[in-house]
Amino acid sequence: MDKQLIIQSIIASSPEIIMIVGACLLLLGSVFPMHRLGSWLTVTSLVIILVAAFIALLLIDSPQSVYGDSFVVDPFALFFKAVILLAASLTILMSGQYLESENIVEGEYYVLILLATAGMMIMVSGQDLLVIYMGLELQALSFYVLVGYRRRVLQSNEAALKYVILGAVSSGIFLYGLSLIYGLTGTTQLGQMATVLSTSTTPDLMIVLAIIFMVVGLAFKVGAVPMHMWVPDVYEGAPTPITAFLSVGSKAAAFAILLRIFLEAMTPLAEIWTDIVILIAVATMALGSFVALVQTNIKRMLAYSSIAHAGFALLGFIAGSESGIASVMLYLLIYTFMNFGLFAVVILMQKEGAGRDQIDSYTGLATVHPRWALLTLIFLFSLAGIPPTAGFFAKFYILLALIEQGYVILAVIAVLLSAVAAYFYIRIVMLMYMKEPLHPFSLSRSSSLNLVLVITGIGTVGIGLAPDWFLEQAQRALFLGQTINSSTIIP
Amino acid sequence: MMNFPSLSLLIFLPAFGVIPLLFLKNASVIRWMALLFTFADFLLAIAVLMRFDATSASMQFVEHVDWVPSLGISYAVGVDGISILFTFLTALLGWICILASWNSIVVKIKEFMICILVMQSLMIGVFCALDLFLFYVLWEAMLIPMYLIIGVWGGPRRVYAAVKFFLYTLAGSLLFLVGIIVLYQEGGQTFDILSLMAVDFSLSVQNWVFLLFLVAFAVKVPMFPVHTWLPDAHVEAPTAGSIILAGVLLKMGAYGFLRFSLPMLPDASHYFAPLMIGLSTVAIVYGGFLALAQSDLKKLIAYSSVSHMGFVTLGLFTFNENALSGAVLQMFNHGISTGALFLAIGLLYERTHTRQISDYGGLMKIVPLYTIYFGLFSFASMAVPGTNGFIGELLILSGAFGANVWVGVAAVIGAMLAAVYMLSLFKSVALGPIVTFEEGTIWDIGQREGVCLLALAVFIFWIGLYPKPFLGIMAPALGQLLGQLGQGG
Repeated sequence: MDKQLIIQSIIASSPEIIMIVGACLLLLGSVFPMHRLGSWLTVTSLVIILVAAFIALLLIDSPQSVYGDSFVVDPFALFFKAVILLAASLTILMSGQYLESENIVEGEYYVLILLATAGMMIMVSGQDLLVIYMGLELQALSFYVLVGYRRRVLQSNEAALKYVILGAVSSGIFLYGLSLIYGLTGTTQLGQMATVLSTSTTPDLMIVLAIIFMVVGLAFKVGAVPMHMWVPDVYEGAPTPITAFLSVGSKAAAFAILLRIFLEAMTPLAEIWTDIVILIAVATMALGSFVALVQTNIKRMLAYSSIAHAGFALLGFIAGSESGIASVMLYLLIYTFMNFGLFAVVILMQKEGAGRDQIDSYTGLATVHPRWALLTLIFLFSLAGIPPTAGFFAKFYILLALIEQGYVILAVIAVLLSAVAAYFYIRIVMLMYMKEPLHPFSLSRSSSLNLVLVITGIGTVGIGLAPDWFLEQAQRALFLGQTINSSTIIP
Repeated sequence: MMNFPSLSLLIFLPAFGVIPLLFLKNASVIRWMALLFTFADFLLAIAVLMRFDATSASMQFVEHVDWVPSLGISYAVGVDGISILFTFLTALLGWICILASWNSIVVKIKEFMICILVMQSLMIGVFCALDLFLFYVLWEAMLIPMYLIIGVWGGPRRVYAAVKFFLYTLAGSLLFLVGIIVLYQEGGQTFDILSLMAVDFSLSVQNWVFLLFLVAFAVKVPMFPVHTWLPDAHVEAPTAGSIILAGVLLKMGAYGFLRFSLPMLPDASHYFAPLMIGLSTVAIVYGGFLALAQSDLKKLIAYSSVSHMGFVTLGLFTFNENALSGAVLQMFNHGISTGALFLAIGLLYERTHTRQISDYGGLMKIVPLYTIYFGLFSFASMAVPGTNGFIGELLILSGAFGANVWVGVAAVIGAMLAAVYMLSLFKSVALGPIVTFEEGTIWDIGQREGVCLLALAVFIFWIGLYPKPFLGIMAPALGQLLGQLGQGG
């Protein structure tokens, strides 16, 4: 391999390299006893993320395909990296206070977050099934540990165990799908795969099987029916910041590879997988919306809400057009803001004892803390998709893309299910505003948590009122294959 | 000052009022501040009305700013002869709502006033919007303050009523959104209302979109099968909430038919007209009978609203000039007289804390001035000649008989039912044996209340005796609408 190509490859992947090297240094640094370990870890890991983000920003003007066309740096990948890095920073900001209250301030926690972030970044840049799978596993293994990080809490252990077992099975299924597709096309590189598939004759049973395996594997990652069973238990048991990260970052990365694999390489087979995905999307929205109605624990409710949102985002994927891809990306960006906002409120409200994380504990919040209640109201209405919040625009743009492709009935089903989903969000508003407080509130405030609330609040309202710039970014972020010819760089 | 953004100021002035309110603590200063902003808005609405050219059918005071240019979304506002009436009505009811809540709202006064002010901005915005996306955003955003107004400051079953209101309206609105996007895709990727009116959509698109719009507007009006949220919402809402609901929100459904369904989907409107007329007739008669059976003052008025709004939708879908102008006038009338009735009932409830009709009797002898107003509003509601209701119903009935004799007969039955329930209500509340209240629990209207009632009474007589300015201002716009309908038919 040419030396120049190697250097080019290293430069193109430097954000990921910085994340991983930074994680290793953080691991070494945290061994030394320190007076204020928590703040040091927070600041250091944020600096690492910011440096990686800055370098990723520099790469924006030079889309390229490196490492022998297996790793791409295109606007699509960079958009997702921005979402993932934003999610990682918010997770870290939310964690400080939480870890102290749980008495688990340890360097490994931050190291694992950085490694998971690096894994997701590799996933979204992967142009080759092997690279994608490697990133997926790095991310998944880090999350298995993070979910079980509250070692002394039984629920957390249970969640981790469930996540490991089910995650391993689904990874296996996904990998099997990859191996079948490799066997059929003779390549793991997505661009070449597209060429092979577009010239091949009628699809046979093996292709259908391969697609089903891959869809199922990815359905697990985004938490779609029928692979959603793990979501509520894992969300409930995991440390709350990790739940937020899982519901946003991990899902965003999974959607990125879903879009890339299916819309870049598998478009010739669209008629096979579109029907499967439509079925999954409707079932996912319906299950998420209806089951969330009866939840009493806010983290479980948010788990089902995130299932429903995943179903809605799948609609943009079904549309499959350029605006469909852009709509999924915008949806995930907006979802990051509003969902992190609500999880920050959950951490704010978290108190010790039996009533922990119960929805009832929000009763009468508006009477005592009108500002926090107003902020929570904004996040809830945004998740329900009521204008003028960003959540409305996210849904609106997905519907726009969907109807553009002629799926009007699907759009009608989707909006009716989101009317059902609205109920469990406004129920919390009802408790906060229309009931008198039962108990005194003990909020766990901290300045970094306030910062998260401010950032997410501004994002949720701001994108709702002025969505134009964000929309253009998403629309501009296409796959590399659609902008430059990947065969120009020869390994 | 050629392009002074008068409409934007009209829309946003109440919302600006929220900013000083945030920093105020004293309850009475908050009330005065809210009154100041809503009244200034009312004066502005009068100024706009004065400068409005009543001979033109085109949109006036148009403003256009790009909002999301990549999707063809813009902030575009303007008024024609129809919408200016409703912006005026909204601005008029705004300060009346503040005065009506002067003493009756005792908790969280600041939050309540903020909700009302935000509501005012959104409602005026809905009537001025010339961009479908903007219209939808404002229309849907109204759910948030209205949900809070009913749910926080309402009666005992307020939570149930608020949630029911929210879910009914939301489900309808979301289908409306799907319809909007279909129009956008079919009509050349624009949300501009005037350009969409010019597009000739195919019949199947029109029919689908008509049905999607129908759900949203029918819930808001409310039309016959989806009216059940209204009595609950009205009964539980505070007085100001009821006035807004009856006076403005119900108009929005009919306004939606008038602004979107009829001009954009003329073929579908003709196609579905029998269904619409049928549902309206059922609403007129059924609502009347339900009103007859009520023992709760507010519930009675709520069901009478269902019946009266049935007249409006009947007028809209008979497609002749008389009926259309009658329908628009009746929308305005209903806002005035039903708003006034809810205000009057609110005043009574504030004093005695009961809404049961059987708890009242002989008010004429105890509070004569109040009773005169109450009687006047009741007469307006049952369309006695000389009041505004008469003109509106007469025009609609003349159109209805033109369309189908049996529909006309059913509508007349509805009008007669209105006379029956309103007269019997007036008889049992105002006449008959005096029910004695505890000392100090009932007193006649004061100055603050008198101003509100008088303002509404002026309009009742004005329209009743000299409706020409009102009919004149809407005539060019309605003429244009009939032209659009005629093309389609």
